[in-house]
Amino acid sequence: MRKTDATFSQHALASLRAEIRRIEGRHRRAASVLPFGLALVDSRLPGGGLAFGALHEVAGGGNGAIDGAVAALFTAGIAARALGKVLWCVTRPDLFVPALAQAGLKSDRVIFLEAGDEKTVLACCEEGLRHGGLGAVVAEVARLPMTASRRLQLAAEGSGTIGIALRRWRRQAEAVDFGQPTAAMTRWRISALPSTPLPVPGVGRPRWLVELIRCRAGESTNFELEACDDTGHLGLPADLTHRPRQVEGGRRGASA
Amino acid sequence: MVLAANAAAQAAGLRIGMPATKAQALLPGLEVQEADPAADTAVLERLALWVLQRFAPIVATDPPDGIVIDSTGADHLHGGEAPMLATLIEKLVGFGICARAAIADSWGAAHALARFAARPSFISKSGESVADIASLPIAALRLAPGLVDSLRVLGFDLVGELLARPRAPLTLRFGPELGLRLDQAVGGIVEPIVPIRRKELIEVRRAFCEPIGAAETITRSVGKLAGQLCDVLERKGLGARQLDLICHRVDSRAEAVRVGTARPLRDVKRMTRLLSDKIETIDPAFGIEVMTLAASVAEQLNPKQMVSSLVEEPQPDVSDLIDLLANRVGAQNLYRIIPVASDVPERSVRHIPALAPEIGAEWPEHWPRPPRLLAYPEPIDTVALLPDQPPVTFTWRGVRRRVKCADGPERVYGEWWKRDPELIAVRDYFRIEDEAGQRYWVFRAGDGENQRTGSQRWFLHGIFG
Repeated sequence: MRKTDATFSQHALASLRAEIRRIEGRHRRAASVLPFGLALVDSRLPGGGLAFGALHEVAGGGNGAIDGAVAALFTAGIAARALGKVLWCVTRPDLFVPALAQAGLKSDRVIFLEAGDEKTVLACCEEGLRHGGLGAVVAEVARLPMTASRRLQLAAEGSGTIGIALRRWRRQAEAVDFGQPTAAMTRWRISALPSTPLPVPGVGRPRWLVELIRCRAGESTNFELEACDDTGHLGLPADLTHRPRQVEGGRRGASA
Repeated sequence: MVLAANAAAQAAGLRIGMPATKAQALLPGLEVQEADPAADTAVLERLALWVLQRFAPIVATDPPDGIVIDSTGADHLHGGEAPMLATLIEKLVGFGICARAAIADSWGAAHALARFAARPSFISKSGESVADIASLPIAALRLAPGLVDSLRVLGFDLVGELLARPRAPLTLRFGPELGLRLDQAVGGIVEPIVPIRRKELIEVRRAFCEPIGAAETITRSVGKLAGQLCDVLERKGLGARQLDLICHRVDSRAEAVRVGTARPLRDVKRMTRLLSDKIETIDPAFGIEVMTLAASVAEQLNPKQMVSSLVEEPQPDVSDLIDLLANRVGAQNLYRIIPVASDVPERSVRHIPALAPEIGAEWPEHWPRPPRLLAYPEPIDTVALLPDQPPVTFTWRGVRRRVKCADGPERVYGEWWKRDPELIAVRDYFRIEDEAGQRYWVFRAGDGENQRTGSQRWFLHGIFG
């Protein structure tokens, strides 16, 4: 009796999932994701990575909401791991490209587009997403209305290109705009943390607080990670990797 | 009689209209050339053809000494009206031609402003042309010389004075020409520009039995024109680098669209897509009766095999997307950034066209670089030990931050081969991290010891975040 119940509920769930997939659109490819290569992060994302053919939002936390420096590096890391050329649309040309190259995004792969206003940025970004020949399309915008994000998401779904909206505001007060709903698949906030301590004077590998604020079909969470290396891969801080075992050992010692 | 005199001659006292013998008496050894109006017209036409190819699809000569350009639908390729005018004048100066130019709402106003405005290049804002020409002398109105003289006798000096007068008495006294010219200058009367055409221009034409106006109809006709043009191009083995779509309206005006491509193009679909993207800029008014599509610049395009099962699929071609975006935002706003061998950060990058061949070079990677670089280094107040210690605290944009750890210095020397003052100039870059974990790129101008190497002040140049 119980077994039949279980199979029945499984069947019902499967049919519900199929129904949702049908409503979501015919273009969604379930298996195609871009993994971060870190089990900690990938296990929290549906499909085990950042979905291709979807729009993702990235913003900086604190001062990063204005300068967008960490968010740009995080975005560059993702774009570096996606294959193909990258279209990067900006209104303010203050990116320093050697830093992107150090995050794995080589200079021959990035095409920059400088537009006068955000409307043009969004339109060009949509055109890039719709084309399908690019690996990733990045739009640096402050405002991302629901309609615009929906357009970008649909364009990305049609072609399978990753779209990244790099949110960046003029003033700190405008950053509350990040709470507004958009059609993006995931929403990330990246903030700088004190770097990995070194035994000698100097600045260690930068660390970021990577917050997954919103994730469709997943739960929001946050991670403390090391910044992108020269292939665009994030790292797991060494103390975090070893912490559980050390804590466990300590406890055992205390109880003995 | 002196008909034309260059700047040097005018400085020596020669005036247009004075007898040639008087001029020769003023300047012994003066070189006098016979007037040759036919040759002047021919040269002007050649110049107009050059402008047609480089700047805009609708260009005509405005004898005896002018060229009129309809810049609508073409200025976007040069980044707007002002950059377009600047480029035009710069190019003409390069040819040794002293040129004056103006952009205004109507042909008459532009004609007047180009010849009589104080500045050699004048851009009148949309809708303000009438105000701009009001302060010009009446000679700017393209009137017969006798008419100008008789108006002066009556005390009219400026165009504005004429515009303020009731029109009827003026017409009664001077005939219809004055009213016509005034209307043309303020844009009240349509004055079509009959564009010049090259003889060997590759052009296809479609005339409609009924004027068309709907966007869908225009798109369909553009598609058919593109098909015809591609057939012609294919027969000649050419590909278009620049396309001009001219729509002749029933009110005898012409609307033009010009698009450029990065590579020679002979693909109906892509051609239609590029032109369709611009259709919303066409104002059909009461309808379009004739459309012409011309490949104003064409280059050789040899057929080559694109797909083969022997080789792996190459990188997807994005040149069509680049063309589309370049026609929207301007080709100069679409670029790749490549390394330049320079240690000075702001000089270490260079823009190249998006579809230029791959360089393969990268920046040296031994020092981390910030993802955001300020346009100008911003001065900061610091507490720092000299000569080679990083700051202990610094104040940037009114916020004081304590430095927790720092890396550096990375010394950057001035490039003495560029400018003399850079001979011993030095910058010492530090990567510093404040207590909140924010990382910044700061430098001290100077080496901390020698005052001649720099001001020893501190600047913030980049943000690592």
